Amino acid sequence: MLKIKNLHASVEDKEILKGINLEINAGEVHAIMGPNGSGKSTLASVIAGKEEYEQTEGEIIFENEEISELEADERAHKGLFLSFQYPVEIPGVSVTNFMKTAINETRKAQGLEDMPAKDMLKKIREKSELLDMDRKFLSRSLNEGFSGGEKKRNEIFQMAMLEPKLSILDETDSGLDIDALKIVSNGVNKLRTKDNAVLVITHYQRLLDYIVPDYVHVLLNGKIVKSGGKELAYKLEEQGYDWIKEEMKAL
Amino acid sequence: MELKDKLISSFFAFEEQIDVNSEVHNIRSEAMKNFEVSGFPSRKDEDWKYTSLKSILKEDYSIFPKKEDAIEYKDVKKYFIHDIDAYTIVFIDGIYSSHLSQTTHDKIDACLMSSALTKDKYKPVIEKYFNKIAPKTSLNSLNTAFSREGAFINIPKNTVADKPIQILNFSTGNESALMLQPRNLVVVGENAHVQIIERHQSLTDNAVLTNAVTEIYADKRAMVDYYKIQNDHANASLIDNTYVEQQGESNCSVHTFSFGGKLTRNNLQFFQKGEHIDSTMKGVTIIEDKQHVDHNTLVHHIEPNCESHQDYKGIYDDRSVGVFNGKVLVEKEAQKTNAFQSNNNILVSDKATINSKPQLEIFADDVACSHGCTIGQLDEDAMFYLKSRGIPAKEARALLMYAFANNVLSSVKIPELQKRVNKLIANKLNVSLGFDL
Repeated sequence: MLKIKNLHASVEDKEILKGINLEINAGEVHAIMGPNGSGKSTLASVIAGKEEYEQTEGEIIFENEEISELEADERAHKGLFLSFQYPVEIPGVSVTNFMKTAINETRKAQGLEDMPAKDMLKKIREKSELLDMDRKFLSRSLNEGFSGGEKKRNEIFQMAMLEPKLSILDETDSGLDIDALKIVSNGVNKLRTKDNAVLVITHYQRLLDYIVPDYVHVLLNGKIVKSGGKELAYKLEEQGYDWIKEEMKAL
Repeated sequence: MELKDKLISSFFAFEEQIDVNSEVHNIRSEAMKNFEVSGFPSRKDEDWKYTSLKSILKEDYSIFPKKEDAIEYKDVKKYFIHDIDAYTIVFIDGIYSSHLSQTTHDKIDACLMSSALTKDKYKPVIEKYFNKIAPKTSLNSLNTAFSREGAFINIPKNTVADKPIQILNFSTGNESALMLQPRNLVVVGENAHVQIIERHQSLTDNAVLTNAVTEIYADKRAMVDYYKIQNDHANASLIDNTYVEQQGESNCSVHTFSFGGKLTRNNLQFFQKGEHIDSTMKGVTIIEDKQHVDHNTLVHHIEPNCESHQDYKGIYDDRSVGVFNGKVLVEKEAQKTNAFQSNNNILVSDKATINSKPQLEIFADDVACSHGCTIGQLDEDAMFYLKSRGIPAKEARALLMYAFANNVLSSVKIPELQKRVNKLIANKLNVSLGFDL
């Protein structure tokens, strides 16, 4: 589904990603872990197509198509989704209206008519129930005055509505208490199928107790330095990143 | 002939049409003298630095329209907030139109200035309030000199106006250029409430210059909400002068929606003459082409424990020009004042201009005053967020501008009006939002 080859990216001439290689297949859950400043969020933003990041080298192939030159909205139309670490507040546009615009713009790009209002409402109801969201929440301005947990739940609600092929969850666990964490992870798990995939980016192993990865990758200083199964996450939680740094030095 | 000279000579003709042996006419004559001395403001005046009247003053305006011109309701229905029950006071080329209006004298007065200025029963109100709130600027003086018609609204003590009042000023374009000077007076008694919607609308592309003065008096604990819709033709210019005097614990708001017209200048001033007063001014400006909108505001905090809130937003495209000059004056006695002011602007085109000048003059030491002004493009992070959800750049930009402007509407208390302005904003931005408003 996603193949990243030798990806280099810079922001303001400072190189952050220094040759990333990653392959994610349908039905898989991958986790990327790493300390602060290792380039985790940059990787998520570059895949999603944020313009401030300049991709200087390498390829991003999504569903057999090189997408490096595509705009963020075009990538979204192809089935990419990024759950933001810091979702942006948009006062003046309700959650419901925002979702209607996003879905209908995506349908337009795919050559489809607008979704009938009745179907839209039904879908909104179903997906908001999945995430245990209050209906009042849907008529509030997007992310405005939302708590950290509400913002993250709203991100996963959007993911549920847009039904992407690949979802990148950037620090989705930050700011969540244990109950919200369970609801959000439960939502993500229910949305999993053999045809879609999830890339979880996280600082802590905690989220991976709920969204269990098939593969764990360690990102250090702009490179994936180690990959393994879910047991790698436990080891990182217990021992930190120093042992990996030592291993690197030894090489 | 210069417009000033034409106005001075027209004043003699005006005096032949009205009763000159009245106290009101003494006020008019005084005002005319004042205008003769001061003339129209120019860019040399500090308050007019960014707005020149030169181009609109050179038209050959008719001062007195020939006759009342009947217009059909169906032709102007769209300018009414017609989906609610309201009192309406309609003027066509400055002359009252009884067939389009629905005035009242039942419990409240929503009627005509011409009656108020001439009938004995209104004499005490006129003596007490007429021309007592508006400062003696040259434009106010000019309006006072020719004051004859407009809306007169009088809400007695402890009375809540049962429905909103709409004031509509149409100009037909029968004259190739027309100058109008409506004069409104709104007196709201102790603990009384009223909501007013006002609109100036020309029906053709002929030039119109309106120099309007509205005085609003809010007694103790009164509540007044005033909404101005300014969405006029490309050759219609408006100088709106609105002054609000508030007594203790009263709550007044003025919302100004400026979406079109050649030149629009809003002089809006609040005078707080009691404690625990709340004053709110909000504005949304969305203009393009060579349109020009200037908001010149003043809140005069005179007594302690009062609040004022100002929130003006503007979106400027093409070569349009915006001005925001917001003054907050806090007197030494006005301790515990809370005054907030914000002015946020988006320049869509690199040829558009905004001149934003907040002025805070604070003589009290125990106050909380804040002001902020932003001028910019749209937030890049917000753009990326929307695009990452599949919304293309053009639509994302429109949606963000809509959200930016729409956010001011939450304080509009008439839902139908809120919806109407909502739609006007979406139309102005030419947005297909993908949802119904």
